[in-house]
Amino acid sequence: MVLNNIEQLLEKFDNGETTLKEEQQLRAYFAQEDVPPHLESYKAMFQYFSNTKQETFTKDVPLQTRKRIPYKWISVAAVVAIMFGAYTQLDFNKKRTLDDLTHEELLAYNQTKEALGLISSKLNQGSTSLNVLTLAGEKFDEGVQQVGQIDEFSKTTDKIFKNK
Amino acid sequence: MTQADFVNMIMPFKDKVFRLAKRLLVSKEEAEDATQEILLKLWNNQDKIEDYNNVEAFSMTMTKNFCLDRLKSKQAQNLKIVHSNYQDNNTSLQKQVELSDSVDWVSKIIEALPEQQKIILQLRDIEQYEFEEIAEMLEMNQTAIRVALSRARKTVREELTNKHSYGIK
Repeated sequence: MVLNNIEQLLEKFDNGETTLKEEQQLRAYFAQEDVPPHLESYKAMFQYFSNTKQETFTKDVPLQTRKRIPYKWISVAAVVAIMFGAYTQLDFNKKRTLDDLTHEELLAYNQTKEALGLISSKLNQGSTSLNVLTLAGEKFDEGVQQVGQIDEFSKTTDKIFKNK
Repeated sequence: MTQADFVNMIMPFKDKVFRLAKRLLVSKEEAEDATQEILLKLWNNQDKIEDYNNVEAFSMTMTKNFCLDRLKSKQAQNLKIVHSNYQDNNTSLQKQVELSDSVDWVSKIIEALPEQQKIILQLRDIEQYEFEEIAEMLEMNQTAIRVALSRARKTVREELTNKHSYGIK
């Protein structure tokens, strides 16, 4: 390439007006060994530019495939679970009247009722026998009062004896 | 989007992200971390990615913002210590391509440029993006980009000529 042409390009280059294609020409020109001495500084520059471009990124990038937790679906599942629970619960409550019970269940219910009635009547008997105890307690209190009277009596006799 | 799809999608520009990050953060480790962070962010927001018509430009914008934030953050103050040993990581690459001394200097000179110019120089001269693309990435108008680029290029060359004429200071 004619040196004149190169110098023109270099002037444009210095002013930041060259296109990539023109810069490519300059690059090619300065890649050769023999360059006029007054252009040595350009040579160093272009050599540096092309050398630097060879540097590569060698480090590995640990790319983890993301395990996305489907929060949206978790909430949907929770709502479904709650609804199901509430539904079965309500269904269960409906059966709680005597009419809804089957014959066997009714039988069991009545038997349980009888058994509980028996227990409560026995319990009442037990509590009436306890009444005897409270009666005994009252009598005991009366006895204690009478003992108190005896006490009073002995105090007065003491006074009499002291007075003698 | 499967992992393979994602990897295919980022393949063309992940190095560009890394190089931009390295341009701004200087240390290789920091740049690697930043790149990793950005790619992970993309992966985690893959649902939204489809809404962007230009994922690459979007990623570069993200990289720019992320790195500038890093530099501003308090962590960046420790970063300076890391900077002192960044050159070791470069040597293998430099030997490999047998860089001359002055090529070394280019990197140091660019490092001293203002961040805006650094980014533009990186995007244009190293990654060879069109001005429209850079404008989209940086949310700037093209004229401003050309001006900044011109300034950056001139500074680099002037500094280089100085180094050559007066020797290494």
